[in-house]
Amino acid sequence: MSFPWAKHYEPKQPLMRWLDEKLPVPRLVYNAVGAGYPVPRNLNYFWNFGVLAGAALSIQIITGIVLAMHYAANGGVAFGSIESIMRDVNAGWFLRYAHANGASMFLLVVYIHIGRGLYYGSYKAPREMVWLLGVVIFLLMMATAFMGYVLPWGQMSFWGAQVITGFFSAIPVVGETIRIWLLGGFAPDNAALNRFFSLHYLLPFVTAGVIILHIWALHIPGSGNPTGVDVKGEQDTVPFHPYYTAKDAVGLGVFLLVFALLLFFSPNLLGHPDNYVEANPLSTPAHIVPEWYFLPFYAILKSFTADFILPAKLWGVLAMFGSILLLFFLPWLDSSPIRSANFRPAYRKFLLILLLDLFVLGYVGGAEPRPWVILMGQIASAYYFAHFLIILPIVARTERPRPLPNSITEAVLAKHAGLGPHKSAMAS
Amino acid sequence: MVRLIASLVGAAFVFVLGLALFGTVSDWITNPPPESAEHEFHREALDAGLPSNGVLGRFDRRQVQRGFQVFQEVCSACHSLKYVSFRDLRQIGYSEAEVKAIAKGWKIEQPSINAETGEASTRPNVPSDRFPSPFANEVAARAANNNALPPDLSLMAKARHNGANYIYSLVGHGYVNQPAELLRKFPGAKTPTGLHYNQYFANLNIAMPPPLTQDGQVTYSDGTRASVDQMAKDVSAFLTWTAEPNLEARHSAGFAAVIFILIFCFLAWGAYQNVWRDVKH
Ligand code: HEC
Ligand code: HEM
Repeated sequence: MSFPWAKHYEPKQPLMRWLDEKLPVPRLVYNAVGAGYPVPRNLNYFWNFGVLAGAALSIQIITGIVLAMHYAANGGVAFGSIESIMRDVNAGWFLRYAHANGASMFLLVVYIHIGRGLYYGSYKAPREMVWLLGVVIFLLMMATAFMGYVLPWGQMSFWGAQVITGFFSAIPVVGETIRIWLLGGFAPDNAALNRFFSLHYLLPFVTAGVIILHIWALHIPGSGNPTGVDVKGEQDTVPFHPYYTAKDAVGLGVFLLVFALLLFFSPNLLGHPDNYVEANPLSTPAHIVPEWYFLPFYAILKSFTADFILPAKLWGVLAMFGSILLLFFLPWLDSSPIRSANFRPAYRKFLLILLLDLFVLGYVGGAEPRPWVILMGQIASAYYFAHFLIILPIVARTERPRPLPNSITEAVLAKHAGLGPHKSAMAS
Repeated sequence: MVRLIASLVGAAFVFVLGLALFGTVSDWITNPPPESAEHEFHREALDAGLPSNGVLGRFDRRQVQRGFQVFQEVCSACHSLKYVSFRDLRQIGYSEAEVKAIAKGWKIEQPSINAETGEASTRPNVPSDRFPSPFANEVAARAANNNALPPDLSLMAKARHNGANYIYSLVGHGYVNQPAELLRKFPGAKTPTGLHYNQYFANLNIAMPPPLTQDGQVTYSDGTRASVDQMAKDVSAFLTWTAEPNLEARHSAGFAAVIFILIFCFLAWGAYQNVWRDVKH
C-alpha cells in the first residue's frame, strides 16, 4: 500500500499460488506484517509496544476463554468459582494469575505506547485516524478491565462497581434512573454481574476489530519514526520482515520476562487484599480504590470538591471523562508541524512535567484523603488540563524548534559518525 | 475554533479546581483533621520469617502440620476454612489413612439429612468434605461472639495487607495492655468492654479474645516447644498454605519459565544482531 518500492508477494509453490487466487490471506499477511511493508530503518524500542499490546491482547483472550469455561457469573457462587479455579482446575492458578496480571501488563504496555505517541507526535497528520482509533481502543480496554475486575465478586469488585456506576447518578434529573437501568437493580447484583460478564467477553473481540482498523489506517501513510521526518526514498526503509520481526522478538522476550516475574513470584502485588474477601453489600471497605491503571483518573475525579454552578460530583465526573476524551482532539490542539519532541525543546519539557504529573496523580488516587494529598491532587489535575488544553496550543505556536535532519538516512549516518546535532537517548 | 473551545474548557476546569483548592486550604486551616488513635498507635506487622517467603520459598511441611494442629485445637472453635478440603491435607504430608482419621474425628460434623425420615441431621466428615463451620449460620456465629463474626480463614493470608506476617503479629504479639499514653491523648478511645486491645488490628479494638494465651497451650506431636510466638508462626504458615496451596508449584514453574524465556531472549538477540548487521540504524 504505502511505498512504490514495497516488495510484492510472489508465491512460488503451486499450493500457495492456488490459495492466492482463491483467498489471498497470505498476501494480506505479507503486506501487513511481512516483507511487503517497508518501515523506517531508525525505529527505537518504543516502537515495539504496539506489537506487545497485540501480544497482551492475545494472552488475555486465550486465558480468558479458558477461565470462562470454569467461571460462574452468579453472585452466589462467582467468588467460590474463582477459588475452585485456583485450587481444583488443572493449572487454574496459572490461568487466573496470568489473566489478572496480563491485564496489568496490557495496560502498562499501552500506556508506554500512548506515551510514545505523545513524545514523537505520532498523533499528527497524516496519522490522525490511527490516533483516534487508538483512543477508541483505550476506552474499550478500560471498560473491559473495569468489568473484568467485577467478575471475581470480591469486596473491591463490588464496591468498585458501586462507585463507578454511581458516576451516572451525577447526571441531573435522569442520572439515578440511568444508573438503575445500567445495573439492572438498585445496587450491583446478579443482573449486573451477568451483563458485565457478557460484555467482558464481547469487548475484547470488538477491540480486536478496532485494532485491525488501527493497523489498516497506519499502513496508509506507513509508520512514523523518532526523527519525525517523512520517508524520502527506499534507502530510508527496511522491510518489516525480517528486520522488525527480529527486533520485536527481542521486545517480546523482555515483555514475557517481566510478565513471568510478576505472575510467578508476586502475582498479588498489583491486586488489592480486599478482593480476597467475598462481596458484602453490608460492609463498606475502609478505603475503596480502583486498580493501579485507573488511579490517575480516579484522582482527577476526587479533586473536584467545590460546587460551582454544577455540583462538585458532576464536575468530577465530567473532568474524569474529559481527561480521556480530550485525547481525541489532540491532533488539532497541537498545530506544530514538527512531530518529534527531540526537536521541540519547550514541548519536551512540558511533556516531562506531564509525566511526573501523572505519577503524582497516580499516588494521590491511591492515597488516603488527607488535606495535603487532596491539595496535591488538585494542583496535579489542574496541570493535566492546562497541559493539553492551554499550554500545548500556545507552545505549538511560540516555540522555536531545532533544525530537522534532511532525511532519515542522513540522521542515521550522522549518528553513526558521532556528529548528529540531535543525539538524544530516546533516538537510538 | 477547536483551540478556542479547548482553552475555554481548560480554563473552566482549572478555575473550578482553583476554587476547590481554596476550599481545601481554608478547610485545612480552620478545621485541621483530628489526630486519631489508630494513626498513632497502630503497628506495622512483625516479620514471621516463613520459609515460604522469597522467590523460591517452599513450605516447611512439619511447620505447616504444627500450624494445622494449632488451627485444629484452637482456631477451629470459632473459624471456618470453607475453601479447604480434608483431602488437601495430603499436600502437607499427611497420609491417606491419617487424613481419613482426621476427617472422621473432626469435632464438627457435616450437615446432612436422615436417609429414612428426611430430617436434618449430621454425619461424620469424609476426606472430600470441606472443613465445616463451627456455627450453623451467621446469626449463631454472632450470638456466640459478642455480635462479631469470625471470618473464614482460608484466604486470610491474602485478604490482609502483608497477610502472613499480619496473622503472626495479630495472634502472637498483638494483645497488650492499652498504652497509658493512648488513654491520656485520646480519653474517648478506651477499649469498650467485650473488645480487646490489639496493636496490629486496624482499629485497635478486636472482638476476638486472645486465642493464644500461654506457652504449651498445644502439645506438638513433633516435640517442638509450643511458645506463643512459635504457635503464632506455625498457624500463620498453615494459613499461608490454605490461601495459596499451589505456591510451591508456582515457584518451580516460574523458575523454569524464567530460564526458558532467558534462552528465548538470548536467541532473539542473536537473530536481531545477525539480521541487522549490514544496516545502520
Ligand atoms: C473465641 C473465638 C475465636 C477463636 C478461638 C479464634 N478467633 Fe479469630 N476471630 C474471632 C472473632 C470474633 C473475630 C472477628 C474480630 C473482629 O472483627 O473484631 C476474629 C478475627 C480473626 C482474624 C481477622 C482479623 C482481621 O483483620 O479482621 C484473624 C486473622 C483471626 N481471627 C485469626 C485467628 C487465629 C489464627 C486463631 C487461632 C490461633 C483464632 N483466630 C482463634 C474469634 C475467634
Ligand atoms: C481486553 C482484554 C481483557 C482485559 C483487559 C481483561 C481484564 C480482566 C481483569 C482485570 C479481570 C479481573 C482479574 C482478577 O482480579 O481476578 C478479568 C477477569 C476475567 N476475565 Fe478478562 N480481560 C480481557 C479479556 C478477556 C476475555 C477475552 C475473556 C473471555 C473470553 C475474559 C474472561 C474473564 C473471566 C472469566 C474473568 C474472571 C476470572 C478472574 O477474575 O480471574 N477476559 N479480566
